[in-house]
Amino acid sequence: MKIMVSMKRVIDYAVKIRVKADKTGVETTNVKMSMNPFCEIALEEALRIKESGGASEVVAVSIGPPKSADTLRTALAMGADRAVHVTTTAPTVYPLTVSKILSALADVEKPGLLILGKQAIDDDCNQTGQMVAGLLRWPQGTFASKVVLDKEKQEVTVEREVDGGLETVCLSLPAVITTDLRLNQPRYATLPNIMKAKSKVIKKVTPEELNVEINTDLEVLQVTEPPKRKAGVILSSVDELIDKLANEARVL
Amino acid sequence: ISTLVLGEHKGGIVKPSCLSAISAAGSICNDNSISILLAGSGPSLQKAASHAASSHPSLSQVLVADNDLLTHPLAETWADLVHFVQQKEKYSYIITSSSSFGKNILPRAAALLNVSPITDVIEISDPKVFTRPIYAGNALSTVRYNGLDPCMLTVRATSFATPTLSLKESNSTFAAISQVDLSEFTQETFGKSKWIKKSSPNTERPDLVNARVVVTGGRGLKSAENFKLLETLAGKLDAAVGATRAAVDAGFVANDLQVGQTGKIVAPELYIAFGVSGAIQHLAGMRDSKIIVAINKDSDAPIFQVADYGLVGDLFDVIPELLEKLPVD
Repeated sequence: MKIMVSMKRVIDYAVKIRVKADKTGVETTNVKMSMNPFCEIALEEALRIKESGGASEVVAVSIGPPKSADTLRTALAMGADRAVHVTTTAPTVYPLTVSKILSALADVEKPGLLILGKQAIDDDCNQTGQMVAGLLRWPQGTFASKVVLDKEKQEVTVEREVDGGLETVCLSLPAVITTDLRLNQPRYATLPNIMKAKSKVIKKVTPEELNVEINTDLEVLQVTEPPKRKAGVILSSVDELIDKLANEARVL
Repeated sequence: ISTLVLGEHKGGIVKPSCLSAISAAGSICNDNSISILLAGSGPSLQKAASHAASSHPSLSQVLVADNDLLTHPLAETWADLVHFVQQKEKYSYIITSSSSFGKNILPRAAALLNVSPITDVIEISDPKVFTRPIYAGNALSTVRYNGLDPCMLTVRATSFATPTLSLKESNSTFAAISQVDLSEFTQETFGKSKWIKKSSPNTERPDLVNARVVVTGGRGLKSAENFKLLETLAGKLDAAVGATRAAVDAGFVANDLQVGQTGKIVAPELYIAFGVSGAIQHLAGMRDSKIIVAINKDSDAPIFQVADYGLVGDLFDVIPELLEKLPVD
């Protein structure tokens, strides 16, 4: 069985982002970019399934400009066997189009599992996994905190982080899984693996070759800074705090 | 203009977050005919339907999809159901709350309808213009939906107020209840996913997202044992307990108590943070709280920059003192 993992190149999670003065978006030039943390978790899970004998190959996929190849190179250094780079110069590819591209790739690659991060930390959409599952008519296990594959039965049991607890579902393969934070702790690429990754193949395809048109029904009108919360006062005692909460804020 | 709200219910009650979704639908325009779709099976579904009928003055219809296939809220069945209902009724909007229920189902249904959904809407400024936070709330993106109907949204419950009076008290009319004819409902993905179980931690505390007061612990709490201290305080304040990612990762509390960009988004009247440094990812989950109180040993902790009231001190001194001195209702 093959596992396909999709990944997104985003502004590094530790960078404090800056909204552009012309309100067209967020400054990305000269900003450190990294693999979306949830995608790292998705890749790690795929690698662990492969290492435990559940899969024979892990294919990493990314969609975007030439620089997206850096993210795929990282994936190869972490242990992915090969990579597919869907090249586009479109400034934004929205989740619906991403889902169509991934769905077309799944038709070609025929993976048993497609694993994605539950959301990207830039647009915080939390949509792509659900949408590609819908397009493929595959079952979905979103916000996964535990994944157990049963190769014999061709099914996967997924524990999901939902409001007010954990939900367990069992999906027949092929299936889509999206990863939550605590599914695993992604590994670091070691130096020998980084060297080895240089000789691994990144295949390039275009959306046109996959018969997917890049367009969207969404238009960003503006990106602005959120209203600032002004810092309040530092109090000196618990008595003063209780007094303020009761008599000034009136929340007690 | 017509809107379908996807409703979640439990124990015969429609969840409050769905009522926020109805409020959001009501804010789109004045002549919006709003229906809520409830799915499930058996008496608890019918009970939830009558609860829904008198839950919100903006609601005109309750649609009930009663079928054994729908007993558990599986995304596969639900998305097919939404697609099925949309083919017949041609709603202009399909809206649900940004809960784990809504986020699981709505994007899948949107893909079946070839629509780009919009996640986490916090403001509707024009019938097709929506504002949503991006980058953990460090920027706000305003987007216009230019596609065909339906326009599909998940909305943040904390951004759309629910009516305070129930209809029974205000003597308003009830919404009509009608059953969805499922005789032609075919479920394409039938049997591909099975619901096994749901485990919920035993807690008497109010739900984190809907609580009026939230007390949160960070790494500064140091242990699961110490979180019990926070539980006691929460008991006194009738508050929900939350946690930072650091506290959850350290195993002090269960995953679903995490407040932040990738966890729960809360906006209570009063938010009290103990031993929380204030990482941007955490602030993203609570910055809309009405009053924020921070208690931290480190006077340079970033949490103080967003707190209305700060107290520099050891939480292990402050919590017992609060327990002793807080007024009892």
